[in-house]
Amino acid sequence: MESHEWTEQRDGTVRVGISDFAQDELGDIVFVELPSEGESFERGGSFGVVESIKAVSDLYAPVSGTVVDTNEALREQPELINDEPFDGGWLVEFDPDEGLEHLLTVDEYRQQV
Amino acid sequence: MHKSSGADFTDFGGWTMPVAFDSIRQEHFAVRDAAGLFDVSHMSEVVVRGPDDRALLNRLTTNDVRALTPGDAQYTCFLNESGVIIDDAVVYRQPKRDGYLFVPNVGHGELMTTRLLEYANEWSMDVSISDSTSELALVAVQGPDAVETVDAVSSGSVSAISRFSCCRLEVAGVSCLVARTGYTGEDGVEIFVDSEDSEELWASLNSVQPCGLGARDTLRLEAGLLLSGQDFDPDDEPRTPIEAGLTFVVDFETEFVGRQALERQRESGPKQRLVGLRIEGRGIPRNGYDVLVDGERIGHVTSGTKSPTFNVPLAFCYVDCNHADPGTTVQVEVRDRMVEATVIDQRFLETLE
Repeated sequence: MESHEWTEQRDGTVRVGISDFAQDELGDIVFVELPSEGESFERGGSFGVVESIKAVSDLYAPVSGTVVDTNEALREQPELINDEPFDGGWLVEFDPDEGLEHLLTVDEYRQQV
Repeated sequence: MHKSSGADFTDFGGWTMPVAFDSIRQEHFAVRDAAGLFDVSHMSEVVVRGPDDRALLNRLTTNDVRALTPGDAQYTCFLNESGVIIDDAVVYRQPKRDGYLFVPNVGHGELMTTRLLEYANEWSMDVSISDSTSELALVAVQGPDAVETVDAVSSGSVSAISRFSCCRLEVAGVSCLVARTGYTGEDGVEIFVDSEDSEELWASLNSVQPCGLGARDTLRLEAGLLLSGQDFDPDDEPRTPIEAGLTFVVDFETEFVGRQALERQRESGPKQRLVGLRIEGRGIPRNGYDVLVDGERIGHVTSGTKSPTFNVPLAFCYVDCNHADPGTTVQVEVRDRMVEATVIDQRFLETLE
């Protein structure tokens, strides 16, 4: 799967999840592997893995930055990504090293999928 | 025919197949709790008929075809001369007509037809062999409510068909071969029908949850049923029935291709054999992942998933026989991490219940 992460700007940090389209394509998500707080990633680097019953997919950092928070609820309830991809199914928060100007808008993304 | 249903599709052995109509979990539990409907027309069908049909099949399969009376079904393996499984199949002795029908795996119809023809010529046998894969559709209805459901749209009694038997019946007004067989670990039937009548048959069962290949895979894995081409394959995973835990379909009293090699292995003992794994740590075993003990590679995973029924990751793997006893602790390498697992009998539905 190509990159299907969303971002949300919060007070100085950037929250990241995967899109509704992506969770629907993957199907029942049964496992999530997330980085530890303090780990740094380059834009486009793989920061974790999400597994559905049928497939394993890498998660790609939409911005360069350092992980400051992870969604611990996903350890026990990975299905939150299916149920609430934009809310309870968020993945990590980055302290970004760069702006978000390179990212697609929601409308631009919708035209691609 | 399923494209109007909104299913996701994949290429599987050259067939465009639905992976899921709804969600794999939903489809999986429909089969465990009630019933599910599968289009498995990708499976091959080969018809063998003639004075030497039984003799030919008996010499090319590991089980004893002579034990079949009309309407009986039998699980069996086809081996090469080295005793390696080429394919597994169910052989049906046709009710109310002569001959046998057997069901090799996806893409194997032509291969098996050619193989049978070559041996029939070599042994001067009088038999006709035809690959009927494109003329026949195959629909499976599986689950505790499956028989009752098909009964309701059939001319005859489906519940009267005993396990591993088959019968000619009209279902939805079309002539079908209905077999009490399946690949899910549940009761149910598989229905062979002329391809041109398949839409009528499928439509008559539209109250049943349609299921794709995804649920078929989780269901068969929990039941301990192997997948040809993945859990054994003459090129990529060459295994004998002894290694694959399929000796129950081998009748050493009959003469068959591969028997000598198999007898030698039976005496010397195989190096590896198939076992089940229950993952104790965090991670999902997938095809090809290494299995280790004390840092030493002792085998690899051939199939694995997170089991919907038991909510735990499960796998089939081949391991060295000295690490194959139930209760043995091993590690599975999941993306450079070691995840602890326990060896258990691979018939998970029986082992874990």
